[in-house]
Amino acid sequence: MKKLIGAALAATMLTSLAHAAEVKIGFVTTLTTGAAVIGKDQQNAVNLAMKHMGNKMGNLDVNLIFADDGFKPETGKQATDKLVKQDDVDFVAGYIWSNVLLASRKSALDAGKFLISANAGPGPVAGKLCNENFFSASWQNDQTPMAMGEVLNQNGVKSLYIIAPNYAAGKGMVAGVKATFKGEILGTDMTKWPSQLDFSAELAKAKASGADGLFIFYPGKAGGAFMKQYQQAGLKDSLPLYTVFTVDALSLPKFQAANFTDVLGSQFTQQWDPTLDNEQNKRFVADFRAEYGSYPSFYAAQAYDSMFLIKSAVEAVNGDLTDMDGMRAAMKSASYPSVRGEYTYGNNHMPIQNFYLREVVVGPDGNWTTKVVKTVFEAHQDSYAKDCPLK
Amino acid sequence: MDYTLLFVQVLNGVQLGLLLFLVASGLTLVFGILDFVNLAHGSIYMVGAFIGASLTFYLGNFLLAVLIALPITGLVGYAIERLVARNLYDKDHLDHVLGTFGLILVLNTSAHLIWGPEGIAVPLPAWLDGQVELFEGAVIPTYRLLIIATGLGVAAGLFWLVNYTRLGMLIRAGASNRTMVSALGIDIQSLFALVFALGAMLAGLAGMLISPITEASIGMGGQIIITTFVVIIVGGIGSMKGAFIAAILIGLIDTLGRAFLGDLFELVMNADAAQTAAPAVSAMMIYILMAAVLAVRPQGLFPPKVR
Amino acid sequence: MGKLTRTGFITVLVMVALAVLPPMFLWSGQAFYMDLATRLVILAIAAVSLNLILGFGGLVSFGHAAFIGLGAYAAGIPSYHATWGGFEAIATYNGLFQIALAVGISALYALVTGAIALRTKGVYFIMITMAFGQMAYYFFLSLDIYGGDDGLTIDVRSELPGINLDNPLSLYLLAYVSLVVAMVIKFLIVNSRFGMVLQGAKGNPERMVTLGYNIYLYRLVAYVISGAMAGYAGFLLGNFTTFISPDMLDWTRSGELMFMVILGGAATIVGPVLGASVFILLEEILSSYTIFWQLPFGLMLIGVVLFIRGGLMGFFKGKGD
Repeated sequence: MKKLIGAALAATMLTSLAHAAEVKIGFVTTLTTGAAVIGKDQQNAVNLAMKHMGNKMGNLDVNLIFADDGFKPETGKQATDKLVKQDDVDFVAGYIWSNVLLASRKSALDAGKFLISANAGPGPVAGKLCNENFFSASWQNDQTPMAMGEVLNQNGVKSLYIIAPNYAAGKGMVAGVKATFKGEILGTDMTKWPSQLDFSAELAKAKASGADGLFIFYPGKAGGAFMKQYQQAGLKDSLPLYTVFTVDALSLPKFQAANFTDVLGSQFTQQWDPTLDNEQNKRFVADFRAEYGSYPSFYAAQAYDSMFLIKSAVEAVNGDLTDMDGMRAAMKSASYPSVRGEYTYGNNHMPIQNFYLREVVVGPDGNWTTKVVKTVFEAHQDSYAKDCPLK
Repeated sequence: MDYTLLFVQVLNGVQLGLLLFLVASGLTLVFGILDFVNLAHGSIYMVGAFIGASLTFYLGNFLLAVLIALPITGLVGYAIERLVARNLYDKDHLDHVLGTFGLILVLNTSAHLIWGPEGIAVPLPAWLDGQVELFEGAVIPTYRLLIIATGLGVAAGLFWLVNYTRLGMLIRAGASNRTMVSALGIDIQSLFALVFALGAMLAGLAGMLISPITEASIGMGGQIIITTFVVIIVGGIGSMKGAFIAAILIGLIDTLGRAFLGDLFELVMNADAAQTAAPAVSAMMIYILMAAVLAVRPQGLFPPKVR
Repeated sequence: MGKLTRTGFITVLVMVALAVLPPMFLWSGQAFYMDLATRLVILAIAAVSLNLILGFGGLVSFGHAAFIGLGAYAAGIPSYHATWGGFEAIATYNGLFQIALAVGISALYALVTGAIALRTKGVYFIMITMAFGQMAYYFFLSLDIYGGDDGLTIDVRSELPGINLDNPLSLYLLAYVSLVVAMVIKFLIVNSRFGMVLQGAKGNPERMVTLGYNIYLYRLVAYVISGAMAGYAGFLLGNFTTFISPDMLDWTRSGELMFMVILGGAATIVGPVLGASVFILLEEILSSYTIFWQLPFGLMLIGVVLFIRGGLMGFFKGKGD
């Protein structure tokens, strides 16, 4: 016991000596449970970003610490506390899940750290709980389904049934599609998250409702489960499916292995696609595939972006990490090369960006991937920005 | 009232109930005869799902894979009995709970190390991947009918085993009086190992059957084990009949709750609050059922006669 | 006599270590280890409360996390309303009121559920307490206003006269003193006539009934005391983490509490504290080495159950007795 404490004390003294010449980044993601597949993808992307940067941001070495949220808000908060208090990181990044971000934000922000979301974008963080030190490298939850709502209008869908998980992001997704969809909502089912994976009761209700379309949001393994049950129920023709964050580069190889051809041609909205034509994206996608043998997911793309966002801040102040104002201004300008192309930040530090309609296709090499069908929104801003007191 | 929808939902509930019965039957056997609380029973369900999924890809045929995966899962159960469970029988329930809680952590993490975190989607043969129209408007996925048929078949087989075979007689005797069975000169060790392996096969079968619907994934066992315990407690520990009735009952409550509770709540509260409350309350209902049953009958609905 | 002094020695060692080390962490800039110690001490209070019924009463409660959750929400909900308005009757930052609420609600929940659960025996008792725990879990899950599954962030900690809970050292000292008080209360209970009946009913209930004791009533009182104590621990935990979610009430948390008690040594005064310490430190150390820490942790759990009779206290007391 005493030895342990002694070692811990010694280790901290050493690290605090070395602290001057490096930038410390904590990255909170899911490394255990079934959702770890997403965390792994983000981890790969972050490591690739480090490789591309030569593990340096400006003249500083990067000291990267990954932490596991265990797919639970409470564990995520503890991981954040540890990064802030023990490791004394300069930036806390990551966060797949909205509820984990909501639980952890106070720990990072109260300690005066920068908090960079690489995925989650719950409404409160964009609105009344916005903070000058919070930046999103992804989107606000409602935006992607808002784009899907617009697609539904364009496709002439008159009535909709909605099924989504009952947690922060699920509620945001439902609010988003309801905000732009002009037709009638015939029913909404919120399911227990993350444990419910059998949707027989909900699918039967959706079918009986006679709606023109079915809108769902199921990230991770629940998405795969839903898609299969949708196919088994034979609803493809009578109840077309519209998804957000459900089909991704992580589930497509599994679908392909199981020869689940129904997913080919399915469409969803997103701010990014592997085929977007810019230098940063080409390099990211090509090197990611070379390194890890699969297409990167949007989770990976955002994690990769978050590292370059931080790099732009560190370089703008020439490595003077005490210059919070300088770093904040640099990030606010969004002047780094993003894989999604250029975007700007709103007053709430949420991206104002394009949203595209993506479609699942067989790629040139036979692997299942996606392509861009059209641009749904240009420079779209979330609807919570007006609640944020920041200028 | 839409009676076609009600019929489809009842069928969904029965299907869920039968799946629960497969897991519960093994648990109640082990619990009844061995007096052993096995929280890790759900992890065997997961292991069975992964073995079945891997074999499906290796052999290219789902049904064949299930047939081969079953004895393998039985062997895994046998190994667990030999290495861990056997040494816990003469300790108290508290030690069972803790030891098997540890086993859950070990099995989950091992599955993560062996099969990775991403889970496996299991493809079905084309003839199982379609739908059957039972009558006008009542369209059911073929595969769910297969689960119902398998569940009923296994239930019938277990009833025969328990009621009309020598092994069944020993099982029944063991559930009500262990010392008597060993006094009869039966090799109780082998009987225990056999029952444990049989329970593992039943749980594994349930895991294999669910994986084409959801996926084989780590942590899937933790989600079903508590519900399964509710089933066997409500039914009465050691009672096959009780497990069957309680499983169907709980399957129906869960499914019908999910299907209709939200609409019911919207009559008395606003839609948003109803949508949040309904799934939680429908999940709570099975625990309310259990507490109510135990309050009235402290040994469940069908307790074995002598203990 | 040798046995007694050895138990006493361990008690003093553990309690002195908990009194001295955490403030040292804080002064040497190790705020995180101070946090760890605070969590440890609060969970130790809960483990001590569980041990009263589990260790001394032989009542294996598998739903004890529910009381912690109730206590935490009793701190969080008044504070939430004081910050954001609504529900005037309970909206306050007043810590004394929140403690009264936490203890009161937990005791009431223990009274109602205990009255039903104590009708059952053995494994049925384990499972019915688990069921009541899960009911409380789903109850908080269904409350949209307090975040449901997403949990509730406490923006303002409870205000107690003379104690500033925003100061980590004050919070720690409060938790530590509470732990000592909880241990003293348990010591007094266990060695009272009430405690004797409770322990007698664990070993030989028929005998106690023959002697004319209503053991149902004795057990119910112990269950209520235990629940109230855990509710108080929940109040502290809510103020410490400033984030509460239904996850705090999940059955796996109840399992962890049970493990702390068994690991340290059931039916001992200091055992749960030792168990909580080892549990928290092991989890922290193992998880800092590998994300697969649950594998060695699970193996160790099995090992403890198989090979260590009477937990760590039994182990330290030596094989002679």
